[in-house]
Amino acid sequence: MRSRKVKEFVGFAILRLATAFILLALFIILYFITVRGSKVVNWQFLTQMPREGMTAGGILPAILGTFYLVTCSICFALPLGVAAAIYLTEYAKQGRLIRIIRIGINNLAGVPSVVFGLFGLAVFVKFFGFGISILSGGLTLGILILPTIIRASEEALLVVPQSFREASLALGATKWQTICKVVLPNAISGILTGSILGVGRAAGETAPILFTAVTFYTMRLPRSIFSEVQALPYHIYALMTEGTHPEAQVPIAYGTALVLLFLVLGIDLIAIIIRNRARREKW
Amino acid sequence: MRRAQKENLIRGFFCLFALLSIFFLSGIVIVLFKEGLPIFEVAPLGEFLFGKFWYPTYEPPDFGILPLLLGSLWVTLGALIIAVPLGVASAIYIAEAASPKIKEFIKPVIELLAGIPSVVYGFFGMVVVAPLVAKIFNLPVGLNAFTASMLLGIMAIPTITSISEDAISAVPESFKEASYALGANKWETTAKVILPAAAGGISTAIILGMARVIGETITVLMVAGGAAVIPHSFFEPVRTMTATIAAEMGETVAGSAHFHALFAIAIVLFVITLSFNIIADLLTQRFRRRLG
Repeated sequence: MRSRKVKEFVGFAILRLATAFILLALFIILYFITVRGSKVVNWQFLTQMPREGMTAGGILPAILGTFYLVTCSICFALPLGVAAAIYLTEYAKQGRLIRIIRIGINNLAGVPSVVFGLFGLAVFVKFFGFGISILSGGLTLGILILPTIIRASEEALLVVPQSFREASLALGATKWQTICKVVLPNAISGILTGSILGVGRAAGETAPILFTAVTFYTMRLPRSIFSEVQALPYHIYALMTEGTHPEAQVPIAYGTALVLLFLVLGIDLIAIIIRNRARREKW
Repeated sequence: MRRAQKENLIRGFFCLFALLSIFFLSGIVIVLFKEGLPIFEVAPLGEFLFGKFWYPTYEPPDFGILPLLLGSLWVTLGALIIAVPLGVASAIYIAEAASPKIKEFIKPVIELLAGIPSVVYGFFGMVVVAPLVAKIFNLPVGLNAFTASMLLGIMAIPTITSISEDAISAVPESFKEASYALGANKWETTAKVILPAAAGGISTAIILGMARVIGETITVLMVAGGAAVIPHSFFEPVRTMTATIAAEMGETVAGSAHFHALFAIAIVLFVITLSFNIIADLLTQRFRRRLG
């Protein structure tokens, strides 16, 4: 009798320990980057151009570059993804074909991001001739987050009860009026959550923009969507792997990592809060 | 009449967008194969997959991806050794033992762990983990398969935890009640009833974690050391398929054999991750059916 109790106690203690270990790992990562990063991050760091071959100065071009890339990707992926999800759930006849398309989209969400980078290189940079630019990188990131946005939007649309649609149609509303005034307002928080998580992912990705958008050494801010840019994730990578002054570059990399972390986790947190609030208000 | 026309127009508009999305996404597969397949004229498939030497810039070049394939396999295996026990254990804890308050705290925290960009993990690995590994194991540099596995393991945990947790929570309450009624305590119920019932869902979680690890690029590029030779121990530098693409694409000429070879590596990666995802899908379906 006692050994059973001991076993139970030890078992759950191990589970607790494992969970604590994960939290500890997260804490250590955040601790190092916050403590060392906050030594270099200040107003100048955020608003100045880099100087002396990336060994001094700020990271303004990288911040702006990431902003442009993410804006471009979301302008492309959000309308496309939400419209596709509306078609797939509301209009399309649910059958074999739609099921296959759905499985295809789901699986593309799991394809490594570097593969999307190659696609962007072959199609946007070379085939369409956009070159290494904000447009190429933004579109590549857009395609990367497209499956995520479609899936999240579909899920959000599918949980709206069928009875809502029937009630609206019974009142004489058309299909479009039903979607627009009944289905979408009820699904909006889910769509929003998925899209915001997509934005967070796009902001933090390095591999897809590696050969489609970024450059390390540039002294100018981008002038148009056909300019090369710096970007926060790539800036960290380049500071650590290129250049010849690690003692000056590592602190800047810490600062950049803190800024990126703050940005991405902030975006994710907004999404989580929206979702949790929506959950509480559900029918 | 005009109302119906408008409705049709809107329907057509959405259909167009859906087709466009599908067009772009299927474009990925088409482009990969179009740019990757030409390499098999230079290096036949068998030679490409099982060739022991990757010297793409030599004259004549060698396009054997076995070292890269093994590099990917090596770090994936290492990552799973870390991520599976921790991920599954924390999932059981969250689903079965944690109080609602702790649950409400831990779940978002683990989501945040998933949100940390991979370049940040790579950076943390280079400045904190690698020097530590070098010191502990008395190595000249700490950039090797072991360090990469540790970081990738931490990165895979959120995937494994959250999907396993869903699977465990999906086990019907009646299973537990039946077990308690037979006199089993909470631990026995968890270990002998809930876990076996959730096993299908947990395997899905592990496979999706694997897919995530094998596709991870920038972290391994930064911390795995980068030697394109067949690894013999965890403390040697390795180079994965993803890291090879990322490191070498910038230096190739479009249309060259090397260029096609990198796309062919992407095909291999695509096939691997796709089959992982399909297996995971099938397992999930079976799991759902079994739980009724």
